[in-house]
Amino acid sequence: MDSADRLQTAASFKAYLLKDSTKTNLNLYDHLTRVLMKVMDERPHNAVDVFEDISRDVKRGLFEEKQSTLRDLTEATAAEQLAEQQRLLFSRLEDADQEEELVEMFLPNVSEIAFYLEQAGVGLGREEMQRIFLALKQLVESQGLQHCRLWGKILGTESSYIVAEAEHREGDEEEEDQSIEAAAEEEEEKAEAEENENDPLPQSTYKPPPVVPKEATGTGANKFIYYVCKEPGLPWVRLPTVSPAQINAARQIRKFFTGRLDAPVITYPPFPGNEANYLRAQIARISAGTQVSPQGYYQAGEDESNEEDEVPHDTYEVNPDFEGLPVSEMADSLSTWVHHIQHILQQGRCTWVNLAMKQGDEFNEETEAEDREEETDEPEPEVGPPLLTPLSQDAEITNTPPWSSKMSSTLTAQHAVAVLRSNLWPGAYAYACGKKFENIYIGWGLKYAGVGYNPPVPPLPQREYASGPEITEALDPTLEEEQALKEALEEQQAAEEEMEDSEDEEDD
Amino acid sequence: MDSDSLYYSLDLVAGSGHTLNLEKKTALQTSLVILKKNYKFNRVLFWGKILGLKDDYFVAQGRGEDEMKDRKYLYSFNCMDWYLLPSVTDSMTEEVSIAAKGRFIGDPSYVYEHVETHREGDGDEDGKEEEVVIKVNEERRLAVTVHQIDKEVSVVPRGAFIRTPHGLVQMNRSFGGLSHSETLKLNNFLHFTEPKNLKKKSILEMADLNPVIDFMDVLSDDIPKGSWSLQFECASKVCVIRSLLWLGLTFYHVPMTPQHGYIYIGDGTKNLDLPFML
Repeated sequence: MDSADRLQTAASFKAYLLKDSTKTNLNLYDHLTRVLMKVMDERPHNAVDVFEDISRDVKRGLFEEKQSTLRDLTEATAAEQLAEQQRLLFSRLEDADQEEELVEMFLPNVSEIAFYLEQAGVGLGREEMQRIFLALKQLVESQGLQHCRLWGKILGTESSYIVAEAEHREGDEEEEDQSIEAAAEEEEEKAEAEENENDPLPQSTYKPPPVVPKEATGTGANKFIYYVCKEPGLPWVRLPTVSPAQINAARQIRKFFTGRLDAPVITYPPFPGNEANYLRAQIARISAGTQVSPQGYYQAGEDESNEEDEVPHDTYEVNPDFEGLPVSEMADSLSTWVHHIQHILQQGRCTWVNLAMKQGDEFNEETEAEDREEETDEPEPEVGPPLLTPLSQDAEITNTPPWSSKMSSTLTAQHAVAVLRSNLWPGAYAYACGKKFENIYIGWGLKYAGVGYNPPVPPLPQREYASGPEITEALDPTLEEEQALKEALEEQQAAEEEMEDSEDEEDD
Repeated sequence: MDSDSLYYSLDLVAGSGHTLNLEKKTALQTSLVILKKNYKFNRVLFWGKILGLKDDYFVAQGRGEDEMKDRKYLYSFNCMDWYLLPSVTDSMTEEVSIAAKGRFIGDPSYVYEHVETHREGDGDEDGKEEEVVIKVNEERRLAVTVHQIDKEVSVVPRGAFIRTPHGLVQMNRSFGGLSHSETLKLNNFLHFTEPKNLKKKSILEMADLNPVIDFMDVLSDDIPKGSWSLQFECASKVCVIRSLLWLGLTFYHVPMTPQHGYIYIGDGTKNLDLPFML
């Protein structure tokens, strides 16, 4: 062929390439140009393998050139909102009295604790711990707490809780209880008013088992108050006090936390309360089971007025003469650690309450109990292990020892930290280094179940009312039977009259 | 978790409560490089830590050409000396599931025993009693557990891995990360194993999928629903997904960046009570 013919063929092929597609108004010539320009610009690795993707991307890129006539509505994303809240953490009070206040309030040195925990392999990351530190400072300042401690973090399915422990202060709790009682009284009045209007319904003779009373705030399971927040920077919420019924129910269920304090806890046996109560009950159980200290750090309180051995003392003081134990000893044996929180009894409280008494008089409780013990069958008082018992006496579950201990480092044993890890409550850690020690819990808030969880079976149905003659149904007599009976009676009466008449005749 | 990103990504998963000692972190940085050279891996990952009663196992994973098939596991106690774990067969899995109960002890030569008595024959007279003793040592239990965890709960974001026309699964170099709105949905995260395809997808759903990157099962198809917890941590910067089936598995992804990874730090027991707990 001639070069002219070749040029002609090339020109007609180019015209074909330039023909617009009927569907998309693109043509192959421009498209190939753009694709090759893109390859020239980007120089992708193994371009021939990804050629189809490049082609598709170019086509897709053409459609985005049309500008939308709608304006962007900027909504603050969750990250931006949180950042605004957390900015407040970093602001300082502009008070001249600030230095005086710092002396009174006790703020734990979370940075130091975080350092030791990191050695132990536990922690939330440096920046997060710093944020928690500042949030704790905010809590102490806003609530005026005297003694505060970072308790730990409980993970949930939707969000997590950061928990702080504070010591109870007089005068706060009474307001809360009063408002709850007032609400309860109002409900009772309403119920009574409704009943009096209609005919009185038959009352059931069922008496529910007596409710174990809550422990007073400041003692036993309610010794500390707990505050939770979702993220450091968000406001702290105070958790309610815990009741023995809640602790017992928490022992029987196994449920994840969702992260919302008002979420209902739907389980069998029904849990009395919502997630805030469940959280508080688990915190109480974890504290009672896993808060430990080196032996000798605390000593028993001095004001023990009760000589009886039944009532356990629940006060302890920091021992001023404590000299730290060597770290290798602490890591080796469990008897160098002691519990410093009271054990929770089966009843759900730390001190046992005798429920068999009908009229409770709190002052004479013990003397009455002694009198009655000889007369009737009294339930045996429950006694837990006394305070400050060493860990070597802890019971194990299904062949797992309750604690695992080790040193944080074998290479630099001189400066290592002794670490104790709980196997019953996975996530509970304690460390000790010389005179310093701390406990923390970071986990899901569930106990190690061993083999598997068996939900409790619902109770047997109540027995039916005993059948006796007074409630067995009998058929009403039919008309024939009644008439037959009537005739029989009349005959009998007639017979009697005849007898009397005949007797009268004989007498005459 | 890639060994190259170990030094900063441990902080991102620390929200679950476990991190590594500084000493162990630095030891890992050295030993994983040596491991990569010795075994000729393409990439070495720090897989995680299994907590035992007496001692903890540190587990590393080496990947070859095909990211899904060429995987080898190694374990160590001090993050320096690594031992290869045996590869897992079905019979090994069965033996371990029968014999090994309770927590890991921390001693690879510890033997779990399970005694079963079989009665054969009809009637009481002809009955022969056979005692079948199944023994499993802890090293095999570790291998099976690690393999199971990877099979059931290893997570990658959608688009991070591609299947080449040769059938190899490889990292996607042009993965730019999921956007902020994509990280909110669980169906943008995939299981990193051979797909089981429990749910047949309708043609409408298949239209959006790309066979190059969508060859794995989606997390939101898991039964029971709710066995994954998706949260934003570290001041809402990092998307963290935790598994509720194997407590201790944490996956992190920083949106709009290619940083992602997962780690398992826990006691190596499956959470069979999950349906009660949701």
